[in-house]
Amino acid sequence: MKKKGLKIATALLASSVMVFPLLLNGCTSAPGAEKKEVYVYNWGEYLDPDVLDEFTEETGIKVIYDEFETNEVMYPKVEAGAVQYDVICPSDYMIQKMIENDLLQEINFDNVPNIKNIGNQYMESASEFDPGNKYAVPYCWGTVGILYNKTKVDEPIDSWSVLWDEKYKGDILMQNSVRDAFMVALKLKGYSMNSLDDKELEEAKNLLIEQKPLVQAYVVDQVRDKMIGNEAAIGVIYSGEAIYTQRENSDLEYVIPKEGTNVWIDCWVIPKNAQNKENAEAFINYMCKPEVALKNFDFITYSTPNVEARNLIEDEEIRNSPIAFPDLSEYDGLETYQYLGAEGDQKYADLWKQVKAE
Amino acid sequence: MKSNKFVKMLSIPYVLWAVAFIIIPLLMVFYYGFSNKEGKFTFTNILSIFQAVHFKSLYLALLLALISTVICILLAYPLALILSSMKGKNDHLIVFIFILPMWMNFLLRTLAWQTLLENDGVINNVLQFLHLPTLHIINTPAAIVFGMIYNFLPFMVLPLYNVINKIDQNTINAARDLGANYWQTLFHVIFPLSIPGIISGITMVFVPSLTTFVVSEMLGGSKILLIGNVIEQEFTQNSNWHLGSGLSIVLMIFIIISMVITSVFDKEGEGNAL
Repeated sequence: MKKKGLKIATALLASSVMVFPLLLNGCTSAPGAEKKEVYVYNWGEYLDPDVLDEFTEETGIKVIYDEFETNEVMYPKVEAGAVQYDVICPSDYMIQKMIENDLLQEINFDNVPNIKNIGNQYMESASEFDPGNKYAVPYCWGTVGILYNKTKVDEPIDSWSVLWDEKYKGDILMQNSVRDAFMVALKLKGYSMNSLDDKELEEAKNLLIEQKPLVQAYVVDQVRDKMIGNEAAIGVIYSGEAIYTQRENSDLEYVIPKEGTNVWIDCWVIPKNAQNKENAEAFINYMCKPEVALKNFDFITYSTPNVEARNLIEDEEIRNSPIAFPDLSEYDGLETYQYLGAEGDQKYADLWKQVKAE
Repeated sequence: MKSNKFVKMLSIPYVLWAVAFIIIPLLMVFYYGFSNKEGKFTFTNILSIFQAVHFKSLYLALLLALISTVICILLAYPLALILSSMKGKNDHLIVFIFILPMWMNFLLRTLAWQTLLENDGVINNVLQFLHLPTLHIINTPAAIVFGMIYNFLPFMVLPLYNVINKIDQNTINAARDLGANYWQTLFHVIFPLSIPGIISGITMVFVPSLTTFVVSEMLGGSKILLIGNVIEQEFTQNSNWHLGSGLSIVLMIFIIISMVITSVFDKEGEGNAL
């Protein structure tokens, strides 16, 4: 009796083990029989949700939409292959890392004719991390700077050093992402934000530890809401949020510090394990349409590399806004993040952990 | 014989469940915890708990969990006494009120506290309006302890209420007949009889407090790193599952210790009353 029970149990177990991969396979049909859907993995609040519905209406392709908060959170999920996304929107250095680790596939640009709307200089910048422009289609770009509340700060701000000013203790918001946090410290010291020099990194780490008692919180997307809500005086923020926050709270001002900062580009890419490549390309192509890019710009206010879309902006002040479309030649010390290799990543992660544990 | 077989058949889904969602994941944690990126056996991940960063976060987590557990006992014990003395008069209603917030998602409740406690938040605005001194505890360890107490207090109240409620009224009457006053009865009769409830309450508050990363992340402004946050970040950001699993195994040791203590004291399983 007992043995029989066991046998049934093992048989059931075996069948469940066998059925499980079958179930998984069921969702991932052969490439020939592409389903009418596309899995998109994007930054939080990084497009106008209406655009997704309109895309489905026009093409009949259903969008399954998912969001991440930092590049570092996105990467392990894609690397592990637990979820098979078709389109992702990482930043420059992360795209470089994904190309090097063979996680991306080349885009068939025959299916993305709207790429012609993307300005040449942006394709050129993208070729720094994506040689030959094979994998990435620029979606948004910008700088990292300081957003401050004019009612709480009455001096002109032009340097990262204000983030170390005792006067603003408890009123400072720092970025809770390792590269952005170290960028600020490294730039203040006059070093490269891609430094791998132990001495320089140690100095940056000590600087961040020194700053920690002054910091109200380490946040990512919440900088925006906290600054709008007058919760803090100074915050490190992506330039794209500046116009939006100013729209909501006119006391806010954005500056690019004189020591220089990060210039970044986020691009659409297609991961290697994508199941719906053609749908992904259709999606990217749709995003490059001038009207669609304009709609997204109006909603998220992140600078668009889509030249045709920029020409469509009606408000001249915004079309020529030095925040949204700065003339980069006017600034010194601008850099783009580079992928620092597995060891470099580890180094930064360890140092960041030390800052956080202090 | 027949019914015996039937019972065995009934247990199959649970066996499957346990294997698929408890045993296999646990084995995977042990595999990752005891191996490095090349797949070779190593103790490095376990021993890394002695690195200053990890040790500090474990120490802080133990400390905050201890503080919140003690405060939970101090808050919950009198409440449980009051409830059990009500004997059917509204006590169910009050227990219900205590459980009610637990129907709402844990994350939402914690997020709500973030907004309430902010420097320019609801509570401070009310205090300002009343010309009272404002509260600045958001993004400090105090806020984390507060969040732990708020979220886990019901887990202390319920086992205490159950165990005290079950104490035979005759035992208490006997103590009073023999001349013990209220406090003597409380310390010499009720308290010793309620120890199983206290112990299971402690486990149910201490273990989740020790392992939490959500409360510390949301109410600590990411400034305070507890061991739960370290493990979470190893998995979600640094893609070092080996280190994350190794530290999880270390944490499991503390959880097992507290469970052993519970099973020694709590033979009647008050902890299962929930």
